[in-house]
Amino acid sequence: MSTNASNSTDSFCKFEPKREYLVPALQEVQERDGYISEAAVEALAKYFNLSKADIYSVVSFYAQFKFTKPGKHTIKVCQGTACHVRGSGNLLKALKQRLGIEEGQTTPDGLISLEHVACLGACALAPAMVVDDKVYGRLTLPELEKILKELK
Amino acid sequence: MEILKSLREEASKVWEDFSSPKKARIMVGAATCGKAAGADALFGKIEEALKENGLEGKVDVVSTGCIGLCYAEPLVEIRREGEPSVLYGKVKPSDIAELVKSHLVGGEVVGKKALAVMADEPFQGVIPFKKHPMVELQKRIVLRNTGVIDPESMHHYLARGGYKGFERCLDMTPEEVIAEMTKSGLRGRGGAGFPTGVKWGFARKSQNDVKYVICNADEGDPGAFMDRSVLEGDPHAVIEGLMIAGYAIGAKCGYIYVRSEYPLAIKRLQNAISQAEQAGLLKNKIGDFYFEIKIKKGAGAFVCGEETSLMASIEGVRAMPRSKPPFPANSGLFKKPTNINNVETLAAASSIMREGADFYASLGTEKSKGTKTFSLAGKIERTGLIEVEMGIPLGDIINKIGGGCSDGKKFKAVQSGGPSGGCLTAAHLSVPVDYENLAAQGAIMGSGGMVVMNEDSCMVEVAKYFLTFTGKESCGKCVPCRMGTQHALNILTKICDGKGELEDIEKLKKICMSMKQSALCGLGQTAPNPILTTLRYFEDEYMAHIKDKRCPALACPGLVKFEIDAEKCRSCGMCSRACPTGAAHGARGQAYSIDEQKCISCSACYQACKFGAVIRK
Repeated sequence: MSTNASNSTDSFCKFEPKREYLVPALQEVQERDGYISEAAVEALAKYFNLSKADIYSVVSFYAQFKFTKPGKHTIKVCQGTACHVRGSGNLLKALKQRLGIEEGQTTPDGLISLEHVACLGACALAPAMVVDDKVYGRLTLPELEKILKELK
Repeated sequence: MEILKSLREEASKVWEDFSSPKKARIMVGAATCGKAAGADALFGKIEEALKENGLEGKVDVVSTGCIGLCYAEPLVEIRREGEPSVLYGKVKPSDIAELVKSHLVGGEVVGKKALAVMADEPFQGVIPFKKHPMVELQKRIVLRNTGVIDPESMHHYLARGGYKGFERCLDMTPEEVIAEMTKSGLRGRGGAGFPTGVKWGFARKSQNDVKYVICNADEGDPGAFMDRSVLEGDPHAVIEGLMIAGYAIGAKCGYIYVRSEYPLAIKRLQNAISQAEQAGLLKNKIGDFYFEIKIKKGAGAFVCGEETSLMASIEGVRAMPRSKPPFPANSGLFKKPTNINNVETLAAASSIMREGADFYASLGTEKSKGTKTFSLAGKIERTGLIEVEMGIPLGDIINKIGGGCSDGKKFKAVQSGGPSGGCLTAAHLSVPVDYENLAAQGAIMGSGGMVVMNEDSCMVEVAKYFLTFTGKESCGKCVPCRMGTQHALNILTKICDGKGELEDIEKLKKICMSMKQSALCGLGQTAPNPILTTLRYFEDEYMAHIKDKRCPALACPGLVKFEIDAEKCRSCGMCSRACPTGAAHGARGQAYSIDEQKCISCSACYQACKFGAVIRK
């Protein structure tokens, strides 16, 4: 287990094994795998000489880190104030209905994960959402349909 | 300064080449908002159009930061050889061919798309940028470069007086720099409004070999994007500010703590830092001064806006605040003396050192000097990023700069200061916007997010929204915040669902007061503000929910029903196409209807119907 784990996570070894680099190392793993696996926690604990519980405490605190593998595409609906008053709640509702999943879940075929994000800072173009890395602004429900259809 | 001498010479040539009207140019606003509006799709079309007209290689195509007119994104500036540059708004990929052909080739400005001309005089009937209604009342100091320069070019920044503030510092003692900052009257733009010079003075006096300066770029307030625009549009201004702060307090190392939700800002900062390193400004001894800057990416925790949490996050642990004292100036990051300033504060500091304290202090009101940036969002006609002199009446921001509510609806309130702030109403439009006056009304200046709400927004629901947010983001360390936000949210949810009781109001007030008095950090202490201000100004809305089981704004899903007026229905099917759940249904030739069981009250049908046949009750 431990050999596998360190093999699959060695990209964070570019950081010095100091506590202040734990978050950047986690970000590296999250970026690469899309989530923080148990094997990664184990490898990080070993590398940083911390307990697994200590690593978990950090991973569970920050919204950026996930414990489960995400789908091929991730949709993040902005829940910022400007988006809220311009109806992002309805977008989220419609997405949940359409995809048949709740926030934080992935469709059974592993295609789409649904999340919300506190604020993208694209407030002037509310309501906004991000699909993978692309930001969509001034969204309407018909456009949402179009975007969903294009996700394969 | 010797090391900048040759760079400056180069820079003025580059800038002259860029800004002189001798060369034709197309500039696309490609900050996050421009991209969200589709700016990226324009580049390909521009290339195509230039090729078609045989202009390949003869026209510079550049991207820039945000000029602030976000409502009109994507923005494109077109300059014909020897003529002033014209700013076009809401440019679609399909518009490019016409813009290139008519303007760039034919010399005729496309009037219907033109917003302003970047010159002092009108041009072909297009008004100068300075006279544009969104710009006329602005005073741009922090935003002087955003949308004007190429944010990835250090030459542009240098040519516009960049790093002159820092150079001036080198001829002064740190104490003199601090005195200059104090004299300017600059106060913390993160929201608290603490005098910057005084703060620097504390960290200066603290004795230690190692000290840190931190730039707080964890712009977590939902509805605020000033810092993002500055980082994306003028990253060197923030770096210069951090260097000045480092010089003043005696720190060799600076951190920029920036949200990971801002990937473009991070990229531009990284680029600017390596340029400054190459130029010998960073990681290099300049006389006795040595400074380096590290970027730390946040990991999605709102509480990191609080300084002690932010420092815990950099140290690699759960970002929980701690009680003060000791203050960061004495024991901060890694237990060393630390000074934390927000992005806008640092960008302003570099302008102050360049232009002098007197210039800055001549602007604003008696106690709130200078300018402040605001992001305008929500149900307002002209959303965007603005910078105004302190003391401007709130109404001028909303109505003159912002153009009033969108869709001709009635203005109801503006939330100032995000989840920590409060709302202001139509009765407050004459209030001068500065720290003291906003606080007197129960709101705060905050970091500068202004979200406008109209008659369709329910204020109880707005309060519920903010408590949902603060409840989720509460770190859980202290009981008043952890439990207070949950209980207050439960009560607000109950009221919105039409199940509220009269005694709930008293309970809410009690919870709010105990949170204000006893929460550990700013998050918990200010979380009740949205409840307290909506209760203060919109108690009637709370009462309507509780007593009449009615939502006056027809916004709370539990209290509003949608029906279709069979007489008005033209059976066009628009409602059914817009409905995400299949609740709105029917067939051609017959009136449509809404299945109450399936309806999620999202009001998509209401917005889609062109004949007013969908009724909200």
